[in-house]
Amino acid sequence: MKIFGYDIPPVFSLLIWISLWEIAGQLQLAFILPPFSAVVVELFELVQRPDFQSAAYQTFESFVIGMTIAIIAGVALGFLMGSNRIANSVLGMWVNIMASAPLSSLVPVLMLLFGLGQLTIIVTVILFSTWIIALDTYAGVHHISPSLREMGRSFGASRFQLLTRVLFWAALPEILAGIRMGLIRAVKGIVIGQLLVSVVALGRLFRTFSDNFQFEEFWALTIALFIFALLFSSAIGWLEHKVEYYAATRN
Amino acid sequence: MSTAAVAQMPDQNASTEDNIVEVRNITKYYGEDIHALDSINLGFPTGQMTTLLGPSGCGKTTLLKIIAGLLETTEGEVLIHGKPVFGPGPERAFVFQDFALLPWATVIENVGFGLELTNKGTKPEREEKAKHYINEVGLGGFEYKYPHELSGGMRQRVGLARALAVNAEVLLMDEPFSAVDEQTRRKFQEDLLYLLANEKKSVIFVTHSIEEAVYVSDQIVLLSPRPGRIHSIIRPEISRDSTPDEIRRDKRYLDTVEEIWTNLRKYLD
Repeated sequence: MKIFGYDIPPVFSLLIWISLWEIAGQLQLAFILPPFSAVVVELFELVQRPDFQSAAYQTFESFVIGMTIAIIAGVALGFLMGSNRIANSVLGMWVNIMASAPLSSLVPVLMLLFGLGQLTIIVTVILFSTWIIALDTYAGVHHISPSLREMGRSFGASRFQLLTRVLFWAALPEILAGIRMGLIRAVKGIVIGQLLVSVVALGRLFRTFSDNFQFEEFWALTIALFIFALLFSSAIGWLEHKVEYYAATRN
Repeated sequence: MSTAAVAQMPDQNASTEDNIVEVRNITKYYGEDIHALDSINLGFPTGQMTTLLGPSGCGKTTLLKIIAGLLETTEGEVLIHGKPVFGPGPERAFVFQDFALLPWATVIENVGFGLELTNKGTKPEREEKAKHYINEVGLGGFEYKYPHELSGGMRQRVGLARALAVNAEVLLMDEPFSAVDEQTRRKFQEDLLYLLANEKKSVIFVTHSIEEAVYVSDQIVLLSPRPGRIHSIIRPEISRDSTPDEIRRDKRYLDTVEEIWTNLRKYLD
């Protein structure tokens, strides 16, 4: 961004919003909006509370388990769709529907099916992120240049070698993009899911804070989640950047 | 006709013992109605460079990919050393029109890729071999560069080194210089001839450039389009002892180019 010829770092706009928030909070314009400084103070207190730590740990654990399953399943689905026309026509439609469906509405059903515990959170993560990973992987596999496959075959690659030594790497930029989007969806899924369930982990904290009008805590928790999602997303973004140089040079 | 020996009987040189590759009765349909190749019978002499030349739609690349085992025939068979083959094999190596390099791998990894797939030798041995061929194609010093850091001509040199490294007897080259600019292409042609003189390979070369075909080939197979058939086989009989510039001014070279052009121009309408 440039204003009057000066480079303005992107952080600057964030600072403006934070100052507005602080002013609005200090003026006590709305009771749900405490000053930003109070929220930050609360954030530091929050991360030290044992109930936050155990809730965060439980959520994080479910998130990691769910994402691992979603990545394996999504990449496998994408490769299956990308390399087999029948699989694509059978699965393609469903994957597309699932990727664009309003899945939040399914969470109460999952609750009934899987109970009110960690399993529901894991299934929510899988349900929210698998499809977009599958779609992106499919796009990646689909766009691999035919001559790269022929090259592998003509130099004696077995089917397995072709998959692990050529096709996987050739589709990696799209796979990583899919994982990053899946990750963001999973964070959404986990928040929505836990809010709906609101008896486990962070969801219960959210419910407790909003029911008791503890808005400093409520916002601190929201910011903690934002930071968590951002960190994860940037980690994948960094990986993506590492493979970008060859994604850009492919024909 | 005095300028080059023309074999009017296309299959007269098929089934000689000196042919490393033979194709018999190759017919290829794509789907129901695209007739790409029609009963092709051809012999490719050992240690020589044979060019498949023709206008677009004559099936030259199809024929090359059938010989490579990358495409299946509708009818007919491919013989290597007199034995029918199905699918790709270690006695053939392919050089691709668009290079088909692994963009995530360095030059040395790309060149060693074929060796690595077939697990030939230990890792240091493979690297040694890859380095040798990188030097052979004139890319010494570029071992640890990535393909996107190289020019088009250099990328194709990597493709060539990869094909040479697996030590196949037959090199199959699919318009290897078409994605390379004209100056680089000439230099590359000269280097290729020099390299092949030392390596004793049999080469099957696809091109749509008449000059290129006459310059590099021992035998030129002219194909006519829709469906692809053998029009004639020409042996330029140009001495390879003279310098590249002398060859390009040689009367036989120029006459052969002219003769092929006369044959091909009627297919252009």
